[in-house]
Amino acid sequence: MIMKWLHKFSSPPYFYALSGKLIKWLSVLLVAFLAAGLYGGLVLAPADYQQGDSFRIIYVHVPAAWMSLFIYMVMAVSGTIALVWRIKLAEIVSVCSPPIGAGFTFLALVTGSIWGKPMWGTWWVWDARLTSELILLFLYLGLIGLYTAIEDKRTASRSVAILALVGVVNIPIIHYSVEWWNTLHQGPTVTKFDKPSIHIDMLIPLLNMAIAFKLYFAIALLMRSRNELLQREQNGRWVEEVLEGK
Amino acid sequence: MINLKPHRKNRLMLIFAMILGVSVAAWFGLKAFNENLMFFFSPSDVVEGKAPQDHLFRLGGMVVKGSVERPGDGMTVYFVLTDMAKEVKVKYTGILPDLFREGQGIVANGKLEQADLFVAQEVLAKHDENYMPPEVAGSLKTAELKGAKQ
Amino acid sequence: MSQFLEMGGYAFYVWSAYGVSTLVLCYGLLRPYLDHKKTLREISLKRRQHKRDLND
Repeated sequence: MIMKWLHKFSSPPYFYALSGKLIKWLSVLLVAFLAAGLYGGLVLAPADYQQGDSFRIIYVHVPAAWMSLFIYMVMAVSGTIALVWRIKLAEIVSVCSPPIGAGFTFLALVTGSIWGKPMWGTWWVWDARLTSELILLFLYLGLIGLYTAIEDKRTASRSVAILALVGVVNIPIIHYSVEWWNTLHQGPTVTKFDKPSIHIDMLIPLLNMAIAFKLYFAIALLMRSRNELLQREQNGRWVEEVLEGK
Repeated sequence: MINLKPHRKNRLMLIFAMILGVSVAAWFGLKAFNENLMFFFSPSDVVEGKAPQDHLFRLGGMVVKGSVERPGDGMTVYFVLTDMAKEVKVKYTGILPDLFREGQGIVANGKLEQADLFVAQEVLAKHDENYMPPEVAGSLKTAELKGAKQ
Repeated sequence: MSQFLEMGGYAFYVWSAYGVSTLVLCYGLLRPYLDHKKTLREISLKRRQHKRDLND
């Protein structure tokens, strides 16, 4: 049953039509969560006892950093599926993810730097957390470069998937860097096993923003995938119908 | 995983083998550079002589409550850093980050001038992972005090 | 309102962080939107040319 649905979903014309509708619905949800998260984070949440209002940068910094890791995992999983089962849609997901992941990694680094200046007293330090996150940005950029450098898109996607899987080792390093080594960056706040060390009024907007960023990723991924699919299948008969339907 | 065809199984095994290989390589690499990945030395390292004697290094610890002194013009500040085991006195001239306060973690970059005086050229604040409004922090403190009294 | 904009003295840091985020995230949606339109245009152009070649 599930396999049957998956098969149907991954057929290009069906995916193309459904994703168009999905983007609209997800956009409505995105606006709702973004509004709730921003209003909660910038207005409702109280200032921090140590950091004052500067801590509000957390509402873009932390969700962006989570997304930089999450997107990498999505890419690695879909890359594995693409390599093993040769499913076209998985291939497309794994090659459309790097630009979005690079955007979030860039944001995590830049907002972290802007936060670090007033709080730590410096824009940048070469500690294990910051350095491994910078390596992640280079990995994403490398994947984008690799994909555009290879002419044949099927070969290119396979190379991207393999390089992505080589780089997957960096993900636990980023996550545990603050525990394995002493760093300037502090330890985890929300993803600790015991209760998170953030006040509930500050936590709720953070979770709203995290959901909003996930929705954003879904929308950006669907938009990019549709375009990629259209380019790869431009000689298919279903594309004719898409063009006429417009 | 149901009905995995042999050639697919092989490819999957190959992928796992590759990830395992890279992880082992990364593990050895990181182990070799472990010392360099440590961002700072602790006061215990300094007291035990593990920290470099004649060149710059970073010293991290908590500012001991009541140890901050500003003799003279107020631009030069002395304070004591602790890792709850050993203590080191630090001298610094310049602007301190907003988060610098007693009881807060900091990382100072500088040199040992004497065996027991660390002269910092730069002081960075290290904040903890706790976020809460001031009222909650205040009531937590009173609760702590009450708990200590009992 | 002005108190809100001041961000307790951290206005520059807070608003530049949110500003950069807005720019990057908007670009991340605008780019695929424009790319998609371009792809549709190019494909329909190619098809029309192809049909014309067949008729000649």
